[in-house]
Amino acid sequence: MSILVVAEHRDGDLRDVSFELLTAGVELASTLGDELHVAIINGDVDRFAAELNSEGVSAIHTIDHGDEFNHDVYCQIVSALCDRIDPSYVITPNSVNGLDYVPAVAQGLDLPLITNVVDVEHDGRLRATREMYGGKVETSVGTEAETALLMLRPGEWPTTHEPGDATVVSHEIEVDRDAVRSTVTGFDAVAADGIDISEAEFIVSIGRGIEDEDNLKLIEHLVDMTGGTLAASRPIVDNDWLPAHRQVGQSGKTVTPTVYLAIGISGAVQHVAGMKDSDIIVAINNDSNAPILDIADYAIVDDLFDVVPELIRECGGEPPGV
Amino acid sequence: MKILVAVKEVAELAEQFDISGITIGEEYFQYDLNEWDSYAIEEAVQLNEAGLADEVVIATIGPERSEETIRTALAKGADRAVRVWDEALDDIEVLDLHGKVELLAAVVEHEEPDIVLTGVQAGDDQFGATGVALAERLEFGWAAVVNDLEVDSSGETISVRRELEGGIEELANVDVPAVLTIQTGINDPRYASLRSIRQAQRKEITTLSLEELGMNSSVVESPLELLGMAEPETEGTATYFEGEPEESASALASLLEGAGVVEI
Ligand SMILES: Cc1cc2nc3c(=O)[nH]c(=O)nc-3n(C[C@H](O)[C@H](O)[C@H](O)COP(=O)(O)OP(=O)(O)OC[C@H]3O[C@@H](n4cnc5c(N)ncnc54)[C@H](O)[C@@H]3O)c2cc1C
Repeated sequence: MSILVVAEHRDGDLRDVSFELLTAGVELASTLGDELHVAIINGDVDRFAAELNSEGVSAIHTIDHGDEFNHDVYCQIVSALCDRIDPSYVITPNSVNGLDYVPAVAQGLDLPLITNVVDVEHDGRLRATREMYGGKVETSVGTEAETALLMLRPGEWPTTHEPGDATVVSHEIEVDRDAVRSTVTGFDAVAADGIDISEAEFIVSIGRGIEDEDNLKLIEHLVDMTGGTLAASRPIVDNDWLPAHRQVGQSGKTVTPTVYLAIGISGAVQHVAGMKDSDIIVAINNDSNAPILDIADYAIVDDLFDVVPELIRECGGEPPGV
Repeated sequence: MKILVAVKEVAELAEQFDISGITIGEEYFQYDLNEWDSYAIEEAVQLNEAGLADEVVIATIGPERSEETIRTALAKGADRAVRVWDEALDDIEVLDLHGKVELLAAVVEHEEPDIVLTGVQAGDDQFGATGVALAERLEFGWAAVVNDLEVDSSGETISVRRELEGGIEELANVDVPAVLTIQTGINDPRYASLRSIRQAQRKEITTLSLEELGMNSSVVESPLELLGMAEPETEGTATYFEGEPEESASALASLLEGAGVVEI
C-alpha cells in the first residue's frame, strides 16, 4: 500500500502546506512501512516535482491539465489517480482550495473523510486529532477503514526536507468536460488602500469582545494615546466596523509586530495564522479558557471594559465614556 | 427560482465545563444558529427580495430542540422549513459526512431547488465538508468559501468570488443548479423583528424521519468513531498580570514601555 499526498500551489509557487503534508506523509508512511507518493496537478509540474523530491518519497505523479486550480478537474484527477495507485490514506490540505475539492473526492469514491486534522497516529487503526468548539476541546477520531482521506490543517507540521530520489511519473488522465461545472475566470487582490498593518511595530487588535461599534471609540482612544496601529479580527471587518485592510489572519494580513495586543479576541486558528510570529503577544480576555492564552506571552484575564480605560489612564489619557 | 438553505444548529460550549469520557454534559451547552449559516440565509432572502428567487426553504438535520433555531431562520425571511430527524440519529457520536449528505440529498431531490446555500463550516465541529460533498452527490455545480455572488440574467450560471488565503479572491462561474458554501461577511445578516418572529410561528416546519425519506438506519452508519476527548494541553507560558484593573493595566503599561513601543 502507499500513502498519497496531494500538493497545493498557487500563482506559480508551491504553498508551504505542501511541504507540511510531506512531513506528515513521511511520518505516517514510516509508521506503516508504506511507500509515500506525491501528486502534483497543474502548473509547472516538473519544477514542482523537483522541489518536492525529498527523502522518504518513492514516487511523484504529475498531471498537467492547465495552470491553476479548478475543483472539478482536481476532483476528477485525484479520484482517477486513487483508482490507479490504490493508496491507503490520501493526505490533502485543509486550505480554502482543499475545502473546494477534497469533500467531493470523498463523496465520489465513498471514502471516509476527516477534516481539519492537527495530528495523525496509527496504532492498528488511524487516529486523527481535531479540535471542536473553537479550539476548547480536542477530539480523537478513529477509523478502521483501510482507505480514508485526511485534510490537514496548515501550520501544524514542520517543513524541512532533505533532497530525495523519487521517480517522477507523468500521467495522462482524461477529464470529462461534461462534468466540469465551473470555470475560474480570474483573481483579485483585496483593495490594499490605506495603511499597511503588516509594517506596524505595535498593533492593538480588537475582536468580537468589543460587542458594539460604538465601543470601538474606546480602542481608538487607546490607539491614539499609545501611537499603536489599529487592527481587528474578522467579525469586526465582517460587520463593516473597520475596513478589510485592518483584518489579521488567514484571509487578511500576516503581521509580525514587536507587540501584538489582542483585546477580546478568542484566538481562532484562522486568526492566529496571521499573528503568531509577533515578538510579544499580549491578550486581554475575560475567558480563562480562551485559546489565545495558549500562545500569549502576557495576559490579563479580565473584562476589557475595565482594563482598557485603566490602560488609557496609565498612558496619560482620560477614557471616553462607553 | 427556488433556494434551499441547509442550516445547522450548533452547540456553544460554556467557559467552564467538564469532560467525562468522550462526552460533555448537556448543562455546558447552549444552542444557536450556526454563524456561517446566518449569512447563507440572508443571501437567500436578499435574492428573494430582489425577485431572483421565489421561495426560500430551510433544511436541517436536527432534533426537536432545533425547532427554536429554525424559527429564528424563518423569522429572518425564509418561507418554510424541513427538519430531518430520527431516533436512529440520537446515539450517533459522529454523524459521518456521507450520512449527512444522503439525508440532505433526499430533501434536495424532493424540493428540487435551483440553488442550495450553506455555511462554509459549522462553528462547533468545524468540519467544512457538507456543501461540496452534497454538490458532488447531486451532480450540481459548486463553489466553497464564497464571499460574493451574482446570479446571471439567464439563471444558468452564478458568478462567485471565492475568498482564498492572504487577501486573494478567485473569480469563477458556476453552473446552476449549484451548491455554494457561504463565508461570513458576504452580507449584513438582519435581526428578526418582533413582528417577523410572530409571523414565523405560523410558518410550516415539516419533519421527516428516515422512513419517510425512504431510508433505513444503515444510511447513517459511520465509518468514523470518536475515541477520545480532552481539553488541549496548554503549551501556554503566559505571564499573567493579576489584581484589580488598575494593577494589571499598570503592569501592562510598564511592559509596553519596556518593549519600546509606548512612551509614557
Ligand atoms: C475560511 C475562514 C477564514 C477565516 N479567516 C479569518 C481571518 O483572516 N481572521 C480572523 O480573525 N478570523 C478568520 N476567520 C474566523 C475565525 O474562525 C473566528 O470566527 C474569528 O477569528 C473569531 O473572532 P473573535 O476572536 O474576535 O471572536 P470570538 O471568537 O467570538 O471571540 C471573542 C472573544 O472575546 C472575549 N470577550 C468577550 N467579551 C469580553 C470582555 N468584555 N472583555 C474581555 N474579553 C471579552 C471572549 O471571551 C472571546 O474569547 C476565518 C474563518 C474561516 C472559516
